[in-house]
Amino acid sequence: MKLDAKIPAGPLAEKWDRHRFELKLVNPANKRKFRIIMVGTGLAGGAGAASLAELGYQVDAFTYHDSPRRAHSIAAQGGINAAKNYQNDGDSVWRLFYDTVKGGDFRAREANVHRLALVSRNIIDQCVAQGVPFARDYGGLLDNRSFGGAQVSRTFYARGQTGQQLLLGCYQALERQVGAGRVRMHVRKEILDVVVEGGRARGVVTRDLVTGKIETFAGDAVVLATGGYSNVFYLSTNAKACNVTATWRAYKRGAGFANPCFTQIHPTCIPVADEAASKTTLMSESLRNDGRVWVPARKGDTRPPHQIPEAERDYYLERRYPSFGNLAPRDIASRAAKMVCDEGRGVGPTGRGVYLDFADAVKRVGKQVVSSKYGNLFDMYANITGEDPYSVPMRIYPAPHYTMGGLWVDYNLMTTVPGLYAAGEANFSDHGANRLGASALMQGLADGYFILPYTVGDFLAKEGPSKVAADADCFRAAAKEAEDRTKRLMSIGGKRSPDHFHIRLGKVMWEKCGMARNKAGLEQALREIPAIREEFWRDLRIPGSGADLNQTLEKAGRVADYLEFAELMCRDALVREESCGGHFREEYQTDEGEAVRNDRDFAHVAVWEHAGDGAAPALHKEPLVFENVQLATRSYK
Amino acid sequence: MSAKLDLKLHVWRQKGPGDAGRFETHEMKGVSDHISFLEMMDVLNEALIAGGKEPVAFEHDCREGICGTCSMVINGEPHGPLKATTTCQLHMRHFKSGDEIWVEPWRARAFPVMKDLVVDRNAFDRIVQNGGFISANTGSAPDGNALPVPKTDADLAFEAAACIGCGACVAACPNGSAMLFVAAKASHLNHLPQGQPERAARVLGMLDQADAELFGNCTNHYECGAACPKEIPVRVIAELNRDYAKAALAVEEPRAAGGGDG
Repeated sequence: MKLDAKIPAGPLAEKWDRHRFELKLVNPANKRKFRIIMVGTGLAGGAGAASLAELGYQVDAFTYHDSPRRAHSIAAQGGINAAKNYQNDGDSVWRLFYDTVKGGDFRAREANVHRLALVSRNIIDQCVAQGVPFARDYGGLLDNRSFGGAQVSRTFYARGQTGQQLLLGCYQALERQVGAGRVRMHVRKEILDVVVEGGRARGVVTRDLVTGKIETFAGDAVVLATGGYSNVFYLSTNAKACNVTATWRAYKRGAGFANPCFTQIHPTCIPVADEAASKTTLMSESLRNDGRVWVPARKGDTRPPHQIPEAERDYYLERRYPSFGNLAPRDIASRAAKMVCDEGRGVGPTGRGVYLDFADAVKRVGKQVVSSKYGNLFDMYANITGEDPYSVPMRIYPAPHYTMGGLWVDYNLMTTVPGLYAAGEANFSDHGANRLGASALMQGLADGYFILPYTVGDFLAKEGPSKVAADADCFRAAAKEAEDRTKRLMSIGGKRSPDHFHIRLGKVMWEKCGMARNKAGLEQALREIPAIREEFWRDLRIPGSGADLNQTLEKAGRVADYLEFAELMCRDALVREESCGGHFREEYQTDEGEAVRNDRDFAHVAVWEHAGDGAAPALHKEPLVFENVQLATRSYK
Repeated sequence: MSAKLDLKLHVWRQKGPGDAGRFETHEMKGVSDHISFLEMMDVLNEALIAGGKEPVAFEHDCREGICGTCSMVINGEPHGPLKATTTCQLHMRHFKSGDEIWVEPWRARAFPVMKDLVVDRNAFDRIVQNGGFISANTGSAPDGNALPVPKTDADLAFEAAACIGCGACVAACPNGSAMLFVAAKASHLNHLPQGQPERAARVLGMLDQADAELFGNCTNHYECGAACPKEIPVRVIAELNRDYAKAALAVEEPRAAGGGDG
């Protein structure tokens, strides 16, 4: 596998402009002759499909939902970063670039991150033009707030539903193109495979979730914008259907998978209260702007929070990180919470929780102001826990939330398979080992609105049409494989449901490959996962038929892929013998419990190549070269 | 402290669009009051699978009350008894032991049942295709602060934009009307300066499509407003009617026709 990142030459600030000039263009009249397959319709996929169709390309867009508006981008609460410097507080493209590289613990590509910071400004303009109702001040101008890991106010927001409003903006742009006949929208169709032939991506194999029919679709380029794999942990903040299937299938067809062990555990989620819990719910970390995180100073202190005097509380983030305090980045805040709970100072019925207290904010600005900023989040919390966060501090605990790893892509967002692209959370490119708050929405929309439309065109201009029809041999063979696999799942005839196996896998991953990892634990996980997988293929039960709407079958297919993928994730965590960002290896820490990075041996992207089922995958390395920032120990003290 | 509930559940089962459908009764013992309504359905489905029976098909995804996927009529009310709450955010502590609970799909002519509690809501997408947008091709936007929006307008737009497209309004309406959904989209975009050029075409286009999808007419029952999990105010319907009157009277208003020249 050859890893050519295709980073343009020249000074960092000029790379993207220079590259855009060097990219080949498709004549406007020829664009309609090309068909692009867009898998996923969240921020990256929806924005990409709409923008490519506006340019004149024919687009086939796919979602397993009933409508493109349901994609999980919708659940993002807090905001979207952009280097507008509207607040005059010293922000700039360079500062956003620097913060993102540093926030990612120096494990991201400089050139990609700089481009992201550059186009962040266009994203806000585009969204405003579409009618996205961002928060505004009384003069009618756009409002900003600060967000985890940043000391400037560069986050644009729409109350606690920024993701929803951004997604509706790109959903409407997409539906406009559907109405115009330039996008064929395929709802309730799930991707089961990517078809690669003659060294180029040719299309996809899908299952119609209503009829069970396996179908094939051919295109001149294929884009996977299929999100992340946090649900490998079973309990995560992701929507229930989020899965690794499309990117995993692409990996098995030759696309390199980068840094699978880089996962983000979000510090502010509602602790799980019952074993039948099906997910963890995120509380936007914007809450950390006004909420103060604390636990009792003394171990085993079970008094209710209001009876614990100030002197006997430990505001541990403010104590350990005085300059960032409660706004410390996610990986650091999560680990600090784990540490105090491990010490026996956790709160709530399970002891796995810390307080997020708004008493000071209510005293300072009044309940009404707090409510206007966070009202819907407070309501959501009250709904789920039955407690009133205005009078009792919230209880929070970290939970899996986002995955920085994903398909390896070059500067053009193309995977190692020519013609196959990955965008948004599905690729690995911009967040390194830890993503900063309000950067996921930015990256998804940057990829979709402002990068794919140029880079896909360059590929099409150079390589021309694919000329392989959807009934060609390679498609028939891939469809047969998908059909056989579905039949095999249906015919196991065991006793256990897909969730049974998923929950067991999740426990292994959370304990051995979660917030803290070590060699012995990872090696044990690598023994346990194949055992669960073997049992899955022996004892799975799927009632009903494969020829109609069968949600158990859908789940089973996704769990089957997680059971394979989990192994790669542990393997990656095992060989990365350093602590960086969200990847914390217990063997590599300071006496105070801070992460110890190893730039000499691990300043690289780990890219895995599939070598056949049962064979050990091959590890390739893309060295990360830092010409513009100095590698430093990340300090938020 | 957690309590355990014993419940009698009557769930709508329907094999497909052509099947007449019927209620199926399940006794649920020892349901934790900490879990959500959908998690209670998960518990039921796990039990059905363990017994070799087909689980109840129902739609859900984010389980955070924002994606708009979940859709159950619980004891006759879309999304159940709690005000401003989606089914996924309804927790079992709002029920008591011994309760009988009836669970049905959205029922409306424009939302045909596909299986059990799953209905087809694509009509909403087609309404949006017919004007529910602002035509702003990627790359053509001026600076975000070039056009200030008075805060009162921004807030009114936002209130309407909070619609999650779940369809509870249609399920609650005795006429199966989509008026609240259509009006929310129109109000969101029509309160913004960016939405003015296509204002008339938007209203005419979306209402035409709602008629074509066989949604009923609005006769001001306002059941929609009571059922809406996002509390979209019914004032948006009055706004839509005013906009419709103006647009219909204007001569040769252009109709929304998708994308223009891309």
